[in-house]
Amino acid sequence: MATVVTEGERTTRRRSIFARPTAMHGWWSWVTTVDHKRIGILYFLTSFVFFIIGGSEALLIRTQLARPDGHVVSAQLYNQIFTMHGLTMIFLVVMPMSAAFFNYLVPLMIGARDVAFPRLNAFSYWGFLFGGIFLYSSFFLGGAPNGGWFCYQPLCGQPTTNGSFYALGLLMLGIASTVSAVNIAITIINMRAPGMSLFRMPVFVWMTLVVQFLLVFALPVLTIGLFEMFFDRRFGTNFFRVSADADPVLWQHLFWLFGHPEVYVLILPAMGIVSEVLPVFARKPLFGYPVVVASGIAIGFMGWGVWAHHMFAVGLGPVANSAFALSTMFIAVPTGVKIFNWIATLWGGDIRFRTPLLFSLAFIAMFIIGGLSGVTHSVVPSDYQQTDTYYIVAHFHYVLFGGSIFGLFSGFYYWFPKVTGRLMNETIGKVHFWLMLIGFNLTFGPFHILGLQGMPRRIYTYSPVSGWAFWNFVSTIGAFMIATSVVAFIYNWWRSARHGEMGGADPWDARTLEWTISSPPPVYNFEEEPVVKSVDEFWHRKYAEGEDGRLVPVVAGGSDTAEHNEEGPHSEEHGDGEHGIHLPSPSYMPVLTALGLPFLGYGLLFSPVLIIDGVLLLLIGLYGWAVEPPVAED
Amino acid sequence: MSHRTARRLAATGAAGLALVLTSCAKTRLPQDTFNPAGPEARTEAGLFWLVFWIAVAVFVLVEGILVVALIRFRHRPGAGVPKQVHGNKRLEIGWTILPAVLLAGIAFPTVGTLISLSHKPAGNILELNVTAHQFWWEVNYPSLHVKSASEIHVPVNTPVYVSLRSIDVIHSFWIPRLAGKQDVVPNQVNHLTFEADRAGMYRAQCAEFCGLSHANMRFQVVAESQADFEAWVQQQQQPAAKAAPGSLEAQGQDIFEHGVWNGVLFTGETIPVHGCTQCHTVEGIPGGAKVGPNLTHFAGRAAFAGAIFPNNASRLALWLRDPEAVKPGVDMPNMRLSEQEIEALVAYLESLK
Repeated sequence: MATVVTEGERTTRRRSIFARPTAMHGWWSWVTTVDHKRIGILYFLTSFVFFIIGGSEALLIRTQLARPDGHVVSAQLYNQIFTMHGLTMIFLVVMPMSAAFFNYLVPLMIGARDVAFPRLNAFSYWGFLFGGIFLYSSFFLGGAPNGGWFCYQPLCGQPTTNGSFYALGLLMLGIASTVSAVNIAITIINMRAPGMSLFRMPVFVWMTLVVQFLLVFALPVLTIGLFEMFFDRRFGTNFFRVSADADPVLWQHLFWLFGHPEVYVLILPAMGIVSEVLPVFARKPLFGYPVVVASGIAIGFMGWGVWAHHMFAVGLGPVANSAFALSTMFIAVPTGVKIFNWIATLWGGDIRFRTPLLFSLAFIAMFIIGGLSGVTHSVVPSDYQQTDTYYIVAHFHYVLFGGSIFGLFSGFYYWFPKVTGRLMNETIGKVHFWLMLIGFNLTFGPFHILGLQGMPRRIYTYSPVSGWAFWNFVSTIGAFMIATSVVAFIYNWWRSARHGEMGGADPWDARTLEWTISSPPPVYNFEEEPVVKSVDEFWHRKYAEGEDGRLVPVVAGGSDTAEHNEEGPHSEEHGDGEHGIHLPSPSYMPVLTALGLPFLGYGLLFSPVLIIDGVLLLLIGLYGWAVEPPVAED
Repeated sequence: MSHRTARRLAATGAAGLALVLTSCAKTRLPQDTFNPAGPEARTEAGLFWLVFWIAVAVFVLVEGILVVALIRFRHRPGAGVPKQVHGNKRLEIGWTILPAVLLAGIAFPTVGTLISLSHKPAGNILELNVTAHQFWWEVNYPSLHVKSASEIHVPVNTPVYVSLRSIDVIHSFWIPRLAGKQDVVPNQVNHLTFEADRAGMYRAQCAEFCGLSHANMRFQVVAESQADFEAWVQQQQQPAAKAAPGSLEAQGQDIFEHGVWNGVLFTGETIPVHGCTQCHTVEGIPGGAKVGPNLTHFAGRAAFAGAIFPNNASRLALWLRDPEAVKPGVDMPNMRLSEQEIEALVAYLESLK
């Protein structure tokens, strides 16, 4: 226990199948890393690349629809592009980008040195990367999936829809997500610092925990559906085959029973981020902490009982439609409660309009619109007109872009100084913010009108007679404004990473444990295990609260210094008194094992030889994984 | 900054709302749900407006409080640390119950309306069978023995009860100005009631993504007076027009019936075809199959090919030259017809009044 083993040390190795990787720098060290912070960065960079790809697809869509009878892309290509845009933004952007935040921040926020299973964590990342590449390789192997992101049967059973790539790609991504969800849930449950009871956890960690449970329970439902549809396609089974009298609506139930909890998987992380950012920039604690947490949990539970509101027009009958209308209306209650608590957090605060806060405010403002249009969808007779039109496209972009993406950008600006040690440029940040907010509303606001004017979603062309030209053109302008704002963001990122102002350990006068350590954090995170005595632990180390609710600084010299991490006034000697820090060693096995997945996928589609390769990779990877110790021995 | 921020927010919101409202109120677009022309669509639009105005009130209230908070509590130089408020039980209970009550208020008309819309109407109704195909609509009046494709004629002020079937994938039957949509699901018969209370042509469109030419799966509803409707029915019940021997139309009919051109059996370059009857029916011509639309009174329809083209000679010629080029994914193959063959076929088809 007393030995010091860090990534920085060369270790002598026993004989094993492979010599343990030892590189600490260069790209090879990133391939073999098991450090949650590096994996978090990998998750972010990869998902950002996919964000650019998915965004480019969106621009193509908008260019095609800018005028009636557009001929920029063919119907064949258009259907692939809109399908891949949806799949990309959901499975390859918002989910993994949230995972980037989970990975990087959860251990730091709960005072842990890594996640529970570091190698499994690396496997999740590689599974995600290979799954994404597998899905995109379809463009070069006969065409990308083109049946829509929910791939309704029996259309998606038709050979021309490339549904096999869809099924196998999502299965790979599902494996990666499930593994990651188990890992992070266990991390949160088991590895919190002493004193950090569940109700002392930051709200972001709470929302993360809820999301992991949603993933663990929702993904298997999708997995069943994907297996069934793949078996239909590959082995001629009859799960959804109409000619064999199957009921294709079964797929919709399976898909949306996964799909609706998935919506909360996409939005809760951003809600967690907003709940962290608002108190810091309002210099007030989160209003109603237990209520915000409880409403997050309530959303997690209620999210299982609303799936058929995606299916009001399917013909489930008035009883089912009424039941799901009611459950849908009432899930708006805990969502509203969160919004009220956020506004109450700002009320009476000392609000500093820095870029992270602006994005969080936009989240609230836009999410209110998305939430209200969501309520109009729960009004079933009205939804008969709205469903499958641009109105629903408007609704879910207000929730997932206005909500999730704005929330994730808020988190990026907020934690960038922690990850890099430097602050993002405020001026460019504000340019990015305003361009994106205006562009967003210009793009998706008109969709409400277009939908109610009768424009169905997923059409590659429309007639000039329809009268939809004007708002479509406006929307296209907005889309290019968003693209411009992303360029500003990339420039800001690139510039700030090199020349940004140094931020120190705690540039925002923040409240949670990750700000107690240096920026960027040392590889072992915490020199000594922190001991937690309250919510907003770090804040309470800096300030004492008088009886009238006024603050009294505990430490002379203010709050913008990095001194706090050294002093650790309340941390007690705990556990490894000799400063021994065990860190897991880098490993080849996660990436090797994950590499088996795409081989299996291509094998199922093209050649049994590849299946054998895939199985061998999996077996070697898993065997090597099993026999090598988590920490390489001296 | 925050003043400007808030003002900008407020201005943008107000301008946006104004734009939305003027846009909704004034448009007279062919598929506009804001311009209902029948009781079903009107009920649905009414419910929408009810919820919309409640939503606007909530929007103004909540976003207003947010903006006020941002202005009032913006950072001012020299301001002390704000009072640390952790929560308020009464407020929490209040803003949990209030929305719940509001939503319950919306729930009653929602459930009431959706149940009443699901009933089969009583009294004098018109029954209609519609079968969806990739990518066109087969229309059948069971009691009148009339068949049509992608064009539905109905009398005004008569509830139309549609039974919906699909022979391939899921589609959605939607006439925005007359009724909300109803999905058309294979192995399941769904029903929808709609009614037009004004004569006119109503554009309609498949609303569930159904493949390559989903965008090209449109149809039209022609609502007319009871007398006009009856006249239309009578005319539709007649057998197809016969071409006069020796005319251009007769040559077209030969191609249609037998795939014969100037006495020579015509075959497409890729697929052997024995006339258009291999897929299409014209009543009175033997051997017609039912894969494609029934063409008995083709020339009487305002549009064709899933109602994407106005029915005229030049469009029809364009279509026959290469269907796939103008409607991706269509079942009808390119017959590689010569220009004379196309001319004859067009003449024949346009004679099928």
